[in-house]
Amino acid sequence: MIEIQNVRKSFGSLEVLKGIDLTVNKGEVVTVIGGSGSGKSTLLTCINGLEPIDAGRILVDGTEVHAKSTDLNKLRAKVGIVFQQWNAFPHLTVLENVMLAPRKVLGLSKEKAEEIAVKQLTHVGLGEKLSVYPTRMSGGQQQRMAIARALAMSPEYMLFDEVTSALDPQLVGEVLDTLRMLASEGMTMICVTHEMKFAREVSDRVAFFHKGVMAEIAAPEALFGAPKDPELKKFLAATH
Amino acid sequence: MFSYTFHWNQALKALPQMLDGALVTLQVALLSMVIGLALALALTACRLSGNRILGSFATAWVEIARNTPALFQIYMAHFGLGNFGIHLSPYTALLAGIAFNNAGYLAENFRGALKAIPDTQTRAGRSLGMTSVQAFRYIVLPQMLRIAFLPVTNQMVWAILMTSLGVTVGMNTDLAGITQELNARSFRTFEFFAIAAVIYYVIAKAVTLAARALAARMFRY
Repeated sequence: MIEIQNVRKSFGSLEVLKGIDLTVNKGEVVTVIGGSGSGKSTLLTCINGLEPIDAGRILVDGTEVHAKSTDLNKLRAKVGIVFQQWNAFPHLTVLENVMLAPRKVLGLSKEKAEEIAVKQLTHVGLGEKLSVYPTRMSGGQQQRMAIARALAMSPEYMLFDEVTSALDPQLVGEVLDTLRMLASEGMTMICVTHEMKFAREVSDRVAFFHKGVMAEIAAPEALFGAPKDPELKKFLAATH
Repeated sequence: MFSYTFHWNQALKALPQMLDGALVTLQVALLSMVIGLALALALTACRLSGNRILGSFATAWVEIARNTPALFQIYMAHFGLGNFGIHLSPYTALLAGIAFNNAGYLAENFRGALKAIPDTQTRAGRSLGMTSVQAFRYIVLPQMLRIAFLPVTNQMVWAILMTSLGVTVGMNTDLAGITQELNARSFRTFEFFAIAAVIYYVIAKAVTLAARALAARMFRY
């Protein structure tokens, strides 16, 4: 369970998160929508401790992320994150990209890490690309590799930060299909996305962020069918 | 007016001796590169450490190495340290001077290479649970070495040529030192130095070509 309690975060004088409360249960898929600058991506990087927070707290299975005593590297193995920019490691093959963290962070043997990497890459449809260097692949393939790389750590939670925003339109579908597959397998996920159709399909709940505040959160039918927040109404009208 | 008679035979007879010297030249250059690379990595680590004393130390090293004549750096290692009672042999002084110089230039090459690697690479590593040291070691460093590879090759060539400065501190076993001695005995300056120049050229060219072949094998992405 991920518990976000009254989290505040500023960059300089700009407050990007103004007291966010959100609890995500095991097995739940929560998507976060909202305009740019609404604070949704910042929230994800705070959840796995890549960004410090100014107030409030975030608990992952009861462990406080920003407590000094927390081993962030251990926590990050449990909470995977994939970014808008996939950040493939260009000097490693696809297989090596995925094997690296299981070997160095989890301390797995080469054989075991390879077994896991092959399994995850096959899972995201890259079983034929093991020995290819990532720069030779399309953005969609590289993004799926990044997803496999995160999954190879056997995370219990996955955070997706606008993973299709930097892709050419014709490559968006293959990545969303991968996310749909994970959702159907019961992975606990928080997805920041601009893909409304996707949000409607896969989410248990959809949260709408506006100017650092979670303005509305509801099941997709309710949020998209009968939005209450005036800003959400404007946002939905503009995105259709 | 032009009445000089070439005596190539006399010079060519000394070729085996000069080739022995060339081996010493290559040895000093290689050692100075190995030491220089290790020092440059340490200087880069100092600069990245965020510690002000270590950072200033590294910056001072780089500034001095790059902005003063290599000849002075070798002089300092031999005569300068000698004033303080530290007596280095010509060989050691030459090696120390060039290694000092190499470290400064290589550290600057590494800095440029690091700038070319986006921060998001480290972030991706950290997000997978790697420590900052692991992210540097397995993600940043290999990419840095690739970007810096050609500049490092240039420095190797430069190191080979710098070894010729050894004659100024009494080095007499390397190619320049042996050539200088042969010249002093025979006054066949043109012939001896022309042959020495060809040998320097061949070594430098061979190193460049070997480095290129190595790069093609090592960097397949």
